[in-house]
Amino acid sequence: MSVDTDTVKRVARLARIKVSEDDAMRMTGELNAILGFVEQLDEVNIDGVEPMTSVVEQTMKKRADGITDGNKSADITLNAPASEDSFFMVPKVVE
Amino acid sequence: MTDLTKLTIAEAREGLKNKDYTSLELTEAFLGNIEAANNSLNAYVTVTADQARDMAKASDEKLGKGDAGALEGIPLGIKDLFATKGVHTQACSHILDGFKPAYESTVTSNLWADGAVMLGKLNMDEFAMGSSNETSYYGDVINPWRKKGSNQDLVPGGSSGGSATAVAARMCMGATATDTGGSIRQPAAFTGTVGIKPTYGRCSRWGVVAFASSLDQAGPIAHTVRDSAILLKSMASVDPKDTTSVDIEVPDYEAAIGKSVKGLKIGIPAEYRMDGMPGEIEELWQQGIEWLKDAGAEIVDISMPHTKYALPAYYIVAPAEASSNLARYDGVRYGLRVPGKDIVEMYENTRAEGFGEEVKRRVLIGTYVLSAGYYDAYYLKAQKVRTLIKRDFDLAWANGVDAILTPATPSAAFGVADQDLHSDPVKMYLNDIFTVTVNMAGLPGISVPAGLDKSGLPLGLQLIGKPFDESTLFQVGQIIEDAAGSFEPEKWWG
Repeated sequence: MSVDTDTVKRVARLARIKVSEDDAMRMTGELNAILGFVEQLDEVNIDGVEPMTSVVEQTMKKRADGITDGNKSADITLNAPASEDSFFMVPKVVE
Repeated sequence: MTDLTKLTIAEAREGLKNKDYTSLELTEAFLGNIEAANNSLNAYVTVTADQARDMAKASDEKLGKGDAGALEGIPLGIKDLFATKGVHTQACSHILDGFKPAYESTVTSNLWADGAVMLGKLNMDEFAMGSSNETSYYGDVINPWRKKGSNQDLVPGGSSGGSATAVAARMCMGATATDTGGSIRQPAAFTGTVGIKPTYGRCSRWGVVAFASSLDQAGPIAHTVRDSAILLKSMASVDPKDTTSVDIEVPDYEAAIGKSVKGLKIGIPAEYRMDGMPGEIEELWQQGIEWLKDAGAEIVDISMPHTKYALPAYYIVAPAEASSNLARYDGVRYGLRVPGKDIVEMYENTRAEGFGEEVKRRVLIGTYVLSAGYYDAYYLKAQKVRTLIKRDFDLAWANGVDAILTPATPSAAFGVADQDLHSDPVKMYLNDIFTVTVNMAGLPGISVPAGLDKSGLPLGLQLIGKPFDESTLFQVGQIIEDAAGSFEPEKWWG
């Protein structure tokens, strides 16, 4: 499978990365090189093979559903580009 | 007085205990080396000199009271991927501009609890994506090694290029690093240092900036096998904050060093003999086989038929996981924000300006293979191939193999801005061909310096072990180190 420039633009939109026409053209070639490389996997017989979900066989650890941490809104907004009263500030979303 | 920066961690541990020197003296010696070398090598993105001195003084007090931790007073460098409280933590990306976490990663917490001293944060490929340390927002790291009679700058490998260079150039005693596809072992091999990626789940990933969560593992880079054993012992732990960290006691890895390898079965996988592999790599591998044979190990030929599919499967799994992990960088909660006419354009502008080319490439590949209609053809298939890769290893262990010996990399360090490697992203990816299988199967792997090529550059051998059997890797790695000796670049910098 290979991608065309329109597909690259659509995927970039999904990934929320702005690309110029030139970027998209260049990336099309690069992505196709990678997709061409991974095409080798078509040679592998995967009939009846389970997909790997965890490299280490262990049952998922569980913990009590309790509050273990909190009261650190100042820490959480510490690195925000814009914040006010422990809220993250963003451009207007709803008119 | 002896040059304190030439000591191993094991030697410094004794010297500090015997009061031959203080941690402050040791720390000052390394800060001096960093100041002299960093302009040429660019290994550190930030140096925490004041903090280092304070930590060293506290260590000296503890040493005075006979209350020393396992790493008391040992100066270390920390890869920029580890969250360090109040200190530059950006995965060497523009998108995390100014990020200083209010928390400390579990791995570094463990190191400080054992008394280690932080010298600063180390350069790396952006978000650990790269094999040459040329994707960092903070510029290329330069390998302290050069070809005989050449002035050409070489890459230190990646993504832990800053860690490997800092160790090789004596800018720290040891360093933390991380490995998703070979990012500890390949730079270690390129710089004549020792690097171990432990079993997936051995070190907590909490507070380590995520790249591909099912593959990422932290580990150390150091001068000797023993030093890497000392560091891993402190870094590893079970952690309630990382459910994939495993509740198995961390053994005393040093106890394995010096043990005979007589009767150990070492597997030699035929499929690691790649077409076009340089003769010198093949010879090095043969040399390693001879060394282990001489030490009494039993050499057995094994077959791992799915080896060649590990790299293509990796380039589906890793970008897929990266595309979801990196979705969090949107200009809202931390780092860079580039305004736009609405919130979506703000996201798009921020991510366009904040991510470098390699990161964008992988996010796009990941987004594509996970997008509607392609999941089964790519991601699901890759995860099935991954099962087969792991099965190859399981079969070797079931046949009594104790460890597997392979080359660490298909070549020695290459030049900065190599035209051929930059013309096609896949060519750069091939650097990880021998290391990536280990991540796909979640196994431990160590790279040990084993010789120099004709141009005088270091080459490494890789040992792959059974899950949570890092001890055997240290045991066998020491045999290689004893036979090969140690390698020091000729000093040309500052």
